[in-house]
Amino acid sequence: MIEEPFATGNSAVHNIDPRFRVIAAVVYSFAVALCYGFVPLITAFAVSAVSLLMCRVSLKKVLKQLALVNGFILLFWIVLPLTYPGGATYPLGPVTIHQAGIAFAAKITLKSNAILMALIAFIATMTLATLGHTLGRLKVPEKLVFLLMITYRYVFVIAQEYQKIIKSIKIRGFRPKTTLHTYKTFAYVVGMLLIRASERADRVYNAMRCRGFKGTYYSLTDFQADAGSWIFLIIVFGATTAVVALEIFLRF
Amino acid sequence: MHISEGILSGPVLLSGAALAAAGTAIGLKKLDYDRIARTGILSAAFFVASLIHVPVGPTSVHLILNGIVGILLGWCAFPAILIALLLQGLFFQFGGITTLGVNTLIMALPAVICYYLFAPFISGKKTVAVAAAFACGFLCVLFSALIMAAALIFSEENFLEISAIVIVSHLPIMMIEGVITAFCILFLKKVQPALLSQSGQYKNGY
Repeated sequence: MIEEPFATGNSAVHNIDPRFRVIAAVVYSFAVALCYGFVPLITAFAVSAVSLLMCRVSLKKVLKQLALVNGFILLFWIVLPLTYPGGATYPLGPVTIHQAGIAFAAKITLKSNAILMALIAFIATMTLATLGHTLGRLKVPEKLVFLLMITYRYVFVIAQEYQKIIKSIKIRGFRPKTTLHTYKTFAYVVGMLLIRASERADRVYNAMRCRGFKGTYYSLTDFQADAGSWIFLIIVFGATTAVVALEIFLRF
Repeated sequence: MHISEGILSGPVLLSGAALAAAGTAIGLKKLDYDRIARTGILSAAFFVASLIHVPVGPTSVHLILNGIVGILLGWCAFPAILIALLLQGLFFQFGGITTLGVNTLIMALPAVICYYLFAPFISGKKTVAVAAAFACGFLCVLFSALIMAAALIFSEENFLEISAIVIVSHLPIMMIEGVITAFCILFLKKVQPALLSQSGQYKNGY
């Protein structure tokens, strides 16, 4: 039900210090998000695609995920050509297609996929546990990191609980349809899930207290910035600068 | 319920991130260490519940449940939803880094608003509680859709039609969320009322 398909691997990217990857991903993503020209966006798309290839993750899974995520973008491809004024127009039956709308939809698609591929390449290539420790080192508030860790720890457990509940309602002959009964049943499933989660939370908290929990998850991971990590950071910052420069000087 | 990467403009992304950071800061301040384990595990439960697809005619929609998140967690909805979105981003690539702030705001701000509007009625009589819960689930999604539409329009004035589509397409989801929130709150009131009354303890500084 829930998995981290790209988290483990043994590529050049997987071995880079996670702190460097998080910083690189944040800086790069925001720089790309602020670009509007075709040249910088195509460059960013290429940079992200190459980074992704270097991770040696399953391309089939990547494409499947990206296809799902592009659903919302599809709406822009349908609506923008009809409503975004500018450029040449082409009559198509009762409506007109605006060239500027097509161009804008294409830019959105490039930008969106460039940012998401960077996310997969730089951050989805570490487990959430590693990400938590990394964020802790990067001075993200301790409580937030702890919340992330404990949510990650229990999301799989709760997913199992959910599957148990679903199995039991299926055994009793439940079939989802568009009826009030279906909604009521799902509401009770959610309610039951919350109750089990809450009871588990009490047990977990008591167990943590018994073990002398003082509000910190100690990280035993020793982050080491080797030469490779510095080279990675310089390359990503270089690419970011190039994209921004293209946006400023070659915008069209 | 979130906006994809690459659509919003810089000022919208940054103001969304700033507001989400402010909300998260308030949430974290109210969240003392005794409650973190509970909030985290409930956040995990909401994450799993948001994977549930309910049928609507020939298609299906997934649950959002930010109304119930608001009622149960109050201001802590901000950090809880932020974490849930981060998990969604990493597990399914639904949204990346730059939209994290805006998307947190879209879901968490209505949750907090609905907490203040409806939480006092939830512990009341059954009929009042059901009506309040329905309104809570319904309005929470409506507010989310409105913030989403505003984010789109502030980014690009030509997104007017898309914003209209976003709001209209969420109308059936509002109904479903209202119904599910009402039944769910009723169920919790019957089976474990303590879960609901604990939200009141936030008000007393618990």
